[in-house]
Amino acid sequence: MNRAYVVGVVAALLTSTFIVVLLRRGYLREKFAAFWLLVASALLILSLFPGILRWAAQVAGVEVPANLLFLLAAVLLLLVGVQLSYEVGRLDLRSQRLAEEVALLRAEVDEIQGRTDRDR
Amino acid sequence: MRTLVAIPAFNEARTVADVVREVREYRPDDTILVIDDGSHDATAQQAAAQDARVVHLPFNVGVGAAMRTAFLYAQRKGFDAVVQVDADGQHDPAGIKALVEGLRSASVVVGARGDSLSARGPRRWAMVILARALSRIVGVPLTDVTSGFRAADRRAIALYARDYPTEYLGDTVESLVMASRAGLRVAQVDVEMRPRQGGKASQGPFMSAAYLARAALALVVALSRSRRVGR
Repeated sequence: MNRAYVVGVVAALLTSTFIVVLLRRGYLREKFAAFWLLVASALLILSLFPGILRWAAQVAGVEVPANLLFLLAAVLLLLVGVQLSYEVGRLDLRSQRLAEEVALLRAEVDEIQGRTDRDR
Repeated sequence: MRTLVAIPAFNEARTVADVVREVREYRPDDTILVIDDGSHDATAQQAAAQDARVVHLPFNVGVGAAMRTAFLYAQRKGFDAVVQVDADGQHDPAGIKALVEGLRSASVVVGARGDSLSARGPRRWAMVILARALSRIVGVPLTDVTSGFRAADRRAIALYARDYPTEYLGDTVESLVMASRAGLRVAQVDVEMRPRQGGKASQGPFMSAAYLARAALALVVALSRSRRVGR
């Protein structure tokens, strides 16, 4: 087995371990964890069976198999980036709405408090 | 007509008290609500000292979201109209009357500077192009589409409480497109405006081009959004 593939296997295993640790501590939501575990397993499979990559490169008409890997990685990261932007936008909107709600509730509380203080 | 005068304020401690006092002078029967958009200065205290109602946003969310808070407040408290007045003293409260009267025949009334646009050069062109485009979309001739001095009736309040644009230029430009698409009538009345006390509008050809590009983006986004609002 080529040394590069050993590096691939080790990287895949390390990634998986790291993801599981984060998941156990509750830092990572399951849907993200599942995605990264999927990526790690794909890396593991490609490292163990480099023939798959060579075959895929031939089918896709890519001369150097590694280039196919780079292309796929770039596309994957692009998609992840877009997905994260979307999530951030959604969270931003939600926190805004919560801020508005909190502001209105506080005004309501102040008003009620003022009324009861006057009654006393 | 129960009217809420909404004053979104971010670090306007210097001017907000005067604005509240002046609004009360012209509109003694209206409720004045100052939306403190996470100010770091004494904006909220200054407003409260003038007996305005104050809602405190826990952090800065921008004019759009601050106004959405005001629309929510108006809807829950059953107000018939909301008038937005800037806290920097730029809007002359004498104009509120004309805005509220405009609500008899329209759901959203925009107060436009009577002396047309004060800007010059490229920025002026940008504003003219934007106004023309928006006039065509809304179907009513508008000249001052980025004016924040405006009034909304019950139907507009219901629409805006559910969803009010919070992006740059969204609260002025996109909100008009939204209203028009929801079948609400938009109108414009002439009002007096005073020079801003602080801050300067960005000039220069580059800034104007950026302004126009952002406005165009806001317009395209507004037009491409589905009619069914609310998320």
